[in-house]
Amino acid sequence: MKLKGWKELEIGAIIPEAGNAEQYNTGSWRASRPQWIEENCIQCLFCWIYCPDSSVTVKDSKRGEFDYGHCKGCGVCAHECPGKKGKKAIVMVEEGN
Amino acid sequence: MGKKLAITGNQALAEAMRQINPDVCAAYPITPSTEIMQRFASFVSDGVVDTELVTVESEHSAMSACIGASAAGGRVMTATSSQGLALMWEMLHIASGMRLPIAMTLVNRALSAPINIHGDHSDGMGSRDCGWIQLYSENAQEAYDNIFQAVRIAEHEDIRLPAMVCMDGFIISHSIESMEFLPDEVIRDFIGEFKPKYPLLDVDKPVTYGPLVLPDFYIEFKRAQHEAINKAKKVTLEVAREFEKISGRSYGLFEPYRLDDAEIAIVLLNSAAGTAKDVVDDFRNKGIRVGLLKPRLFRPFPYEEIAEALGDAKVICVFDRADSFGGFGPMYMEIASAMMAAGSSPLMVNKIYGLGGRDFMPEDAEAVIKEMTGILDTGKTGTLKEYIGVRE
Ligand code: SF4
Ligand code: SF4
Repeated sequence: MKLKGWKELEIGAIIPEAGNAEQYNTGSWRASRPQWIEENCIQCLFCWIYCPDSSVTVKDSKRGEFDYGHCKGCGVCAHECPGKKGKKAIVMVEEGN
Repeated sequence: MGKKLAITGNQALAEAMRQINPDVCAAYPITPSTEIMQRFASFVSDGVVDTELVTVESEHSAMSACIGASAAGGRVMTATSSQGLALMWEMLHIASGMRLPIAMTLVNRALSAPINIHGDHSDGMGSRDCGWIQLYSENAQEAYDNIFQAVRIAEHEDIRLPAMVCMDGFIISHSIESMEFLPDEVIRDFIGEFKPKYPLLDVDKPVTYGPLVLPDFYIEFKRAQHEAINKAKKVTLEVAREFEKISGRSYGLFEPYRLDDAEIAIVLLNSAAGTAKDVVDDFRNKGIRVGLLKPRLFRPFPYEEIAEALGDAKVICVFDRADSFGGFGPMYMEIASAMMAAGSSPLMVNKIYGLGGRDFMPEDAEAVIKEMTGILDTGKTGTLKEYIGVRE
């Protein structure tokens, strides 16, 4: 992608377009990725509430896959996940493994 | 034409603020600029202005509130001096970096320590690199005239940068002099209505201010900021021409005084320039070709224009009412850069004077000009940077 030159920028680094943070792929920073183990999930949606990056997708009140384009691998969801009978529904796995 | 009144510099600026009638004013009192806000606060209480006055707990908060209000879409003003400006320092960069056209009156005062409440330029010069447009004023009339022009320059669509108007603490802020006020409606027409570019309060067009910008873009934003402030030279002249039509008073990027054919030039900012003009006349009457240059627009600095105006001088003495410890005074550095870039090499000396409000008397100017005639004769400068009037 060709980056804009100084004459093409909006003044004062103002972002005149609402919600375009979605276009910024923060997932590339990730060192470890959360993995969802569906059979241990009780659909409490704690992961959705706690995720600082809105990277837990939810549809019809049920959680879906992680949005790996934006998940930066902080591990908050895995930490908060209560899971089922002591078995976590989210585990962190090192990237590249 | 407006009415003539005997008035202090601070009263003149408070009156100017009443005439500008900004949307928001956030300020914290500090000597010697306190009276500006004190009088303006009375205008707010008396309902003669529509301004939302935010009385904050510090100057850092004052500038922060100004930034918020300006981003929200208001015409915003504040006033400060010395330590107050120093405490704003962090936020000054944010105001300019976000391209917010805030207008400020800076009543110049020395910086601590030791603590001192009197006039020198260490506050204004200390904020030289904060990205604000700076206009300096010799007297109350110039400060009054400059603040309206500063609002116009700051808000110009090609610029959108904050601007400060400087005048000397006590010497001007608290001295009474005769000056002319322009009628309210003339000012109203001159400054016009503020049209914000990206008002945060426009909820139909949401925008983001203050994002993180990493090495891939930061320098591009700074390059654009430099371009914008440089355009203030042209706009300052355009606005001055318009101002002359309503006031009959003409302004430039600087004021040359008897500079044509001058062999000796002195460069002096603000009130001391007024004192020295008389002395220049005395020397001219004796046939000595001396002239004076009083800078007005300090940021952006008009290098080419000043170098041209000083072009024929063989000896230049640059006075600084602020110091850069371990370096030359800030004005000297600018004038030296201007001359070097223009390929001229006059003999140049730097005199530090008037720090902490020490009086600058006609005899001081006289002694320096005499010394310059000696340098002109011998071609030798001696010590380049000296403090005048300092006791051994
Ligand atoms: S690892 Fe962090 S960013 Fe990724 S989904 Fe979990 S909480 Fe969100
Ligand atoms: S926190 Fe764990 S159990 Fe709760 S919805 Fe998320 S993955 Fe399922």
